[in-house]
Amino acid sequence: MSSVSGTSSKSSGVERLGAIFRSCREAKRCALIPFITAGDPSLEASLRIAQALEKAGADILELGIPFSDPVADGPVIQRASERALRQGVSLPDVLRLATEIRKTTRLGIVLFGYYNPILRYGLEKFAHDAAEAGADGVLVTDLIPEEAGEYRNVLRGAGLATVFLAAPTSPDVRLKAIAESSSGFIYTVSRTGVTGSRERVPVGARELVGRVRQFTKLPIALGFGISNAAHVNEVAEFADGAVVGTALVNAIDQAAREGEDSAVRAAGEFVAALRAEE
Amino acid sequence: MSTEQTVIGKSVEGRFGPYGGRYVPETLVYPHEELAAAYEKARNDAAFQHEFDQLLRDYAGRPTRLYFARRLTEKLGGARVYLKREDLLHTGAHKINNCLGQILLAKRLGKKRIIAETGAGQHGVATATVAALFGFECVVYMGAEDVERQSLNVARMRLLGAEVCSVSGGTRTLKDAINEAMRDWVTNCADTYYLLGSVLGAHPYPTMVRDFHACIGREARRQFMEAENGGLPLALFACVGGGSNAIGLFHEFLNDKEVALIGAEAGGRGTGLGEHAARFRGGSQGVLQGTFSYILQDEHGQICPTHSVSAGLDYPSIGPEHAFLHDLGRAEYVAVSDQEALEACQLLARTEGIISALESSHAVAEACRRVPGMPRDRAVIVNLSGRGDKDMGILQRELQL
Ligand SMILES: Cc1ncc(COP(=O)(O)O)c(C=O)c1O
Repeated sequence: MSSVSGTSSKSSGVERLGAIFRSCREAKRCALIPFITAGDPSLEASLRIAQALEKAGADILELGIPFSDPVADGPVIQRASERALRQGVSLPDVLRLATEIRKTTRLGIVLFGYYNPILRYGLEKFAHDAAEAGADGVLVTDLIPEEAGEYRNVLRGAGLATVFLAAPTSPDVRLKAIAESSSGFIYTVSRTGVTGSRERVPVGARELVGRVRQFTKLPIALGFGISNAAHVNEVAEFADGAVVGTALVNAIDQAAREGEDSAVRAAGEFVAALRAEE
Repeated sequence: MSTEQTVIGKSVEGRFGPYGGRYVPETLVYPHEELAAAYEKARNDAAFQHEFDQLLRDYAGRPTRLYFARRLTEKLGGARVYLKREDLLHTGAHKINNCLGQILLAKRLGKKRIIAETGAGQHGVATATVAALFGFECVVYMGAEDVERQSLNVARMRLLGAEVCSVSGGTRTLKDAINEAMRDWVTNCADTYYLLGSVLGAHPYPTMVRDFHACIGREARRQFMEAENGGLPLALFACVGGGSNAIGLFHEFLNDKEVALIGAEAGGRGTGLGEHAARFRGGSQGVLQGTFSYILQDEHGQICPTHSVSAGLDYPSIGPEHAFLHDLGRAEYVAVSDQEALEACQLLARTEGIISALESSHAVAEACRRVPGMPRDRAVIVNLSGRGDKDMGILQRELQL
């Protein structure tokens, strides 16, 4: 697949994400948003996985920037991060990977990580280089709206969407601030806790998405614990996007033991299966 | 400099100059806000302060003595050396001050379960102790390397009824124990209180933990003035892991500009990244575990492994108020090597009959280096943050005892 993205390279990430959610809404389905850790099992494999995910029906890719101290992640994504770091994968590598993904797919690309590597890279330089690479938005797990004044201005100046998290513990005043600080979409966390697979979609998730809706017209994606087609179908009833992380990262890890081709194939099959029952 | 007087030590929304703040996943914001509000209420509540003071006195054993170390002073041949004896507190280190304050807050918040991280095990023991005293369930996270090198404290925590979880991820030390405690808290925040053990983490912890330890400096200042005819010390020495015993001693003296504040960081076994935990020597600004401070990191912002013979100083970040005091030039921070700390521990044992914790021995070592050059008619205070019982295994090996 070498076709260049349909939207012009000048269009901002905010617009591209908006267009993706609009087309999903017209097709009466929720956006499928897989998460992978960049560089797990290797940077080359991550590129091929991204391409396979697009073929399998993914709409937006969350590209995880590995970090040494991922406090919001459960063991599966922690280990993926460690595997990537052991190969020396750093933020500049992730930006180069994003460039390749942008050149070869039409996926929306959201960079997903922790604040310190971005701070260290330099906010201005990061925003410029991420936009140049073709990323559409950024989500920083440990950055809340109160601390994100400069970050927001700089990223938006570069045309990038600033996606913030909304949590079950967030009171309405916070949901309002989160809604006002976000662009592109809002990522709602389905339950308290770290990333990880679950048997079912938490009962409170539907209500939480409803609470967030009071404060925004932005699309709302739901994540944490979504791991199979039944979950995705359920989420589609009340949210605009479903993020699938741990279950996919785990499938990639299992298959990678038989080589990278196998990891790429497994990733594609896993995401295709998420769409299958629709 | 009136601005400095008003700014130093006064956090505005959890900021110390540019440092501090709150960098946590959204799920943890509400628990932090809830805690900040409860603490704000408690600090203005006479009943809370009374209960806290009573526990510090009757249970922990405050005030601790300010002891004039005559033989050490003679040996060094310079300024007189006083030791602030936090090592004599119940459980053997200053950590109990903060734990008593926070357990009262946990009770007020109606939480059922206490979690904590620990490096040397002293904070874990102090947490297990107050949890037992107030009847809370208690889980302590501890890096696998620290579980090995401070095994005596592991046994103490278990005896006190706490569950000790060995953390084998990452560098297997204090930093990773904090990560795991944060993951527990983000999952169980509804009924769980995170009893953080130093002036680290997101607001309100750095301010709150400092306030709970400020009794160290208040007592020391009064005791020193009584002993030295109303004079002030030339310098204060304290070791700095996260920085709680140091800020506890320094805080009351911040506006006494003639008093030098000297913090001893872990110089470890060399100057290369990974060989020490001297944040002001090898570190730079960054965000780790909730707060903006100085951290040891590589060129890409990944956190570096650290090394120290003392588990309690083996941590890549430092309390944000210390970062601010450093930049202002109000406090000075120096690196003390493993070897110097071990020698100071031995010297203190042989001159005064006091076995200090390896953490505290870093402060003793820096005092020993400087005191000979200071006038004999002046005096200094060294914070003896803890006793060395927990370190006997390491001391036995390192000093061939
Ligand atoms: C005796 C003793 N001193 C000092 C420290 C370091 O902590 P802080 O810098 O917060 O005082 C510890 C930590 O475990 C300790 O046990």
